[in-house]
Amino acid sequence: MDVLNDFITVLNSTLRLSTPLLLACLAGLFSERAGIFDIGLEGKMLCAAFFSAAVAAITGSVWIGMAAGIASSLALSALHGVASITFRGNQLISGVAINFLAAGMTVLIAQSWFKQGGRTPSLKGNGRFNPVELPVAESLKDIPVFGPIYQGLISGHTILVYVALLMVPLTWWILYRTRFGLRLRAVGEAPEAVDTAGVSVIKLRFAAVGICGVLCGIAGAYLSTGLQAGFVKDMTAGRGYIALAALIFAKWRPGYALISCLLFGFLQAIALRPDLIERYLSFKVQIQLLDVLPYILTVIILAGFVGKATPPRAGGEPYVKEQ
Amino acid sequence: MQKIPQWADVVLVPLISLLLAAIISALVILAIGQDPVEAVKLMVIGALGSTYGWGYTLYYTTNFIFTGLAVSVAFHAKLFNIGGEGQAMIGGLGVAIAALYIPWPHWSIALLACTCFAAIFGALWGYLPAILQAKRGSHIVITTIMFNFIAAGLLNYVLVNVMRPPTSMDPATASFPPATHLPTLHDLLLPLGINFSRTAPANITLLIALLAAVFVWLLIWRTRLGYSIRSFGQSGSAAQYAGINPVRITIITMLISGGLAGMMSINTTMGEAERLILNAPEGAGFIGIAVALMGRSHPLGVVLASLLFGFLYQGGAELAMWMAIPRELIVVIQALVILFTGALDNMVRMPIEAFFAALRKSGDAK
Repeated sequence: MDVLNDFITVLNSTLRLSTPLLLACLAGLFSERAGIFDIGLEGKMLCAAFFSAAVAAITGSVWIGMAAGIASSLALSALHGVASITFRGNQLISGVAINFLAAGMTVLIAQSWFKQGGRTPSLKGNGRFNPVELPVAESLKDIPVFGPIYQGLISGHTILVYVALLMVPLTWWILYRTRFGLRLRAVGEAPEAVDTAGVSVIKLRFAAVGICGVLCGIAGAYLSTGLQAGFVKDMTAGRGYIALAALIFAKWRPGYALISCLLFGFLQAIALRPDLIERYLSFKVQIQLLDVLPYILTVIILAGFVGKATPPRAGGEPYVKEQ
Repeated sequence: MQKIPQWADVVLVPLISLLLAAIISALVILAIGQDPVEAVKLMVIGALGSTYGWGYTLYYTTNFIFTGLAVSVAFHAKLFNIGGEGQAMIGGLGVAIAALYIPWPHWSIALLACTCFAAIFGALWGYLPAILQAKRGSHIVITTIMFNFIAAGLLNYVLVNVMRPPTSMDPATASFPPATHLPTLHDLLLPLGINFSRTAPANITLLIALLAAVFVWLLIWRTRLGYSIRSFGQSGSAAQYAGINPVRITIITMLISGGLAGMMSINTTMGEAERLILNAPEGAGFIGIAVALMGRSHPLGVVLASLLFGFLYQGGAELAMWMAIPRELIVVIQALVILFTGALDNMVRMPIEAFFAALRKSGDAK
């Protein structure tokens, strides 16, 4: 049963490490499907991670913390919206600015509030999301194969892991089965058509950027209050960019987003356990290679060697109403 | 008709953006309970009050001139090269290979050769995203971001597993031989009777950076290639009708851009550390974006903006040392500069345009 246990351990951490990627990836999906490129996922997540942990540490409630995190992420979304929708600025430059703003401000505020070298105090008890035991996990654990999988892999995650997984069908449903979703997709492909139909391009795009902010907020909250117990400087560690890579890898589709985020999460999970690869595959894998594999895979996909990744047609273009 | 006079576009718009960034930064300093006036005083004294301070300011300036020029050249072709950081890292690898494995008789020859190595390695790292954009249509912003991470991974691997001396625990190469050590500003200015700080890292690379700025100016505004780059940036389709090959221009522009970013590593790797360390560019590749935006992609603007950021960098280090203001304040200022001069450019520009329109109107009425 050793093999099964190792397998469950790796898949369990895959699931946990995929969660922030998945939330951020779906966030980017909403924004980019509406024609607003967002390379500021990283910054929004980082900002939310800080405010979630900071407010949770002060109030002792992780839920209030997460609300603050989402609010802070929304504020950055609003900035991105104003710059790229209202003032028709360059969306990429705005995203870069947001990433640096978050990287700098979180440390400045953390230092000013807590004086612990740019981190928040460790979160305890209700200050963080605790594992949820699914019903009868304990009593089923002695059933061979199924028991350990149910108890060790499916049960025992924080609520946000399940929220992230549920967001996948929800996103699909919103995008492909509601009027709002149809319009949102249309505004990323042919905004002039949406405008002609009498629907506000500006409002739709702001809505998409707003949803993106909320999801990045949850992703950030998960990082600092679920995955870890507190905020540390630069804790997103490039996850926003991996999520962006996953989004391209998924060709801007919710179902594929789940698969690509699980894949990239799996790569992160085995990078933490190089001993397991050595034991089962009897060769040494360079950790650095595992670290950069998501980026290399994305470049290959982008290059169109494995199917073509075509972004929404109006992506990155500010919409100018015809006079 | 031009909406605003050229001087307003070149001087007024960046100055107002800078002012906005400065005001918000001052508010941030106030919000964390510190005194902005005190902070500015400390920064000026720390960065410009001694030759030691100047030595650091100019050292950072040198880095930013290279990366700022790199982003600027790409901007002229309407390419957004976020990959300066990765290109500088790989450029550093080129410097380390040249400096460690070839016995150089004199620093001047070593400098020339290492500069070529840095430029070629950096250019190669810009070449791949360029060819992917030109031939396969992959967005250069995304690929250059990916290549930054790939560069970091590659460098990590090389430093830990290949180039690290067996006796050392540091992920870094051995120290470069003394024959490759570059003269510092102290060595250069002593014959002129100026006793510049001996310990500051500013070195002869500064002169190469200034030469690079002149080279970029000549290239962009005085050569046929520069003209092609600019017309391609203005309108890709028009340039194509005029017989300019978009694939060729994209690749050449990114080679030049990557080469300039790579050359930054002479300053950090050969001039300062005298060995290759992890994360040698320390974010200078990204500061190039702010510098290029503020300098309006003009070499003179880039040099001035680099000097400003060099001052901020050194001043920021002083703040971290003497006041309770973390170094990250500089990252915030950098973000605000990128925001106002780049993303919110129209917000700054619109009132100025309205002002000049009103001015013209009242002029016509008289």
